[in-house]
Amino acid sequence: MIKKIIARSSGVLFYMVQYGCLAHCTFEYLADFCVCSGPSMQPTIYSSDIVLTEHISVNYKRVQKGDIVIARSPTKPLEFICKRVVAMEGDHIFNSNAQNIKFVPRGHVWLEGDNKHNSTDSRIYGPVPYALLRSRVFFKVWPLSDMGKMKMPKEEW
Amino acid sequence: MKWRRIVVGTVTFIVPTTIAFFDIVGYVAKVEGASMQPLLNPELSTDKKPESDFVLLNRWKTHGMQFKRGEIVSLSSPTDPDHKLIKRIIALDGDLIKTPGYKSPHVRIPEGYCWVEGDHQKLSMDSNYFGPIPKALLHAKASHIVWPPNRWRKLDVNPTDPDRLISEEQVEAIRDMRLTEID
Repeated sequence: MIKKIIARSSGVLFYMVQYGCLAHCTFEYLADFCVCSGPSMQPTIYSSDIVLTEHISVNYKRVQKGDIVIARSPTKPLEFICKRVVAMEGDHIFNSNAQNIKFVPRGHVWLEGDNKHNSTDSRIYGPVPYALLRSRVFFKVWPLSDMGKMKMPKEEW
Repeated sequence: MKWRRIVVGTVTFIVPTTIAFFDIVGYVAKVEGASMQPLLNPELSTDKKPESDFVLLNRWKTHGMQFKRGEIVSLSSPTDPDHKLIKRIIALDGDLIKTPGYKSPHVRIPEGYCWVEGDHQKLSMDSNYFGPIPKALLHAKASHIVWPPNRWRKLDVNPTDPDRLISEEQVEAIRDMRLTEID
């Protein structure tokens, strides 16, 4: 009887570990869902929208100007930010907050929210190391009425 | 049939558990370069056959992003995302420190950032080159040298030389001094 219980529970544990690890690998290296919060990406992404993100373009350095990315916040190490890549390494960019032109150094990107009036981004903390990028947002799944691929904002890029 | 089971078992169990273990718990990595001499790779650049050290990188302890001054950490290079560095934490956010080779002689570390340096100042590409770095770049703490076997040891936390950290009282004192000068 006891033997049977132990055999059963160890079997369950085995599967839990296996599927947990499979899930970890999928969410860390392939794609995962993100619930966004905060106003910084309006009107592209609103608070509590759910988006699908993929890790492949970040891992293989395929991120381009105009992509929306999830990155670790440089000022709050445990939090994640969702911003648009506005400039890549080697570019010069006009910082509308400090009213000066900034150079984006090697290995860095310049991130800005689409909601220029309410976003804490590179205009405040400067260029962000590429190594902080985690994934690229490519599909919105919720709300259903707005489901679809991520688009460029209306203004010029 | 037997082969299929082995392949399926490897793909669905051994590979994901190994990757997850390395990501969550820790892994062993080879140390390249001389920036942490004499602690790591002491024989590099001498006549002897260079033998690199291997260190145990503990990722479990970094999930809370809590660090102490003097800990040895592994981090992604801010200038090259593919490159990993191993350095010692000198100062944490809020600290005011004296720098040996940065563009400004004193630096206040902003919130969420830290200051890292190699033990071998002259041969190290560290915060003296790229400035304070976000703590989010740190991804593991180096806890032991595990290879070669005769060099097995625990890596100690060497608290930062107190002379390099400028305390708030000193800041106040300097400010008072300047004020009296003006008076």
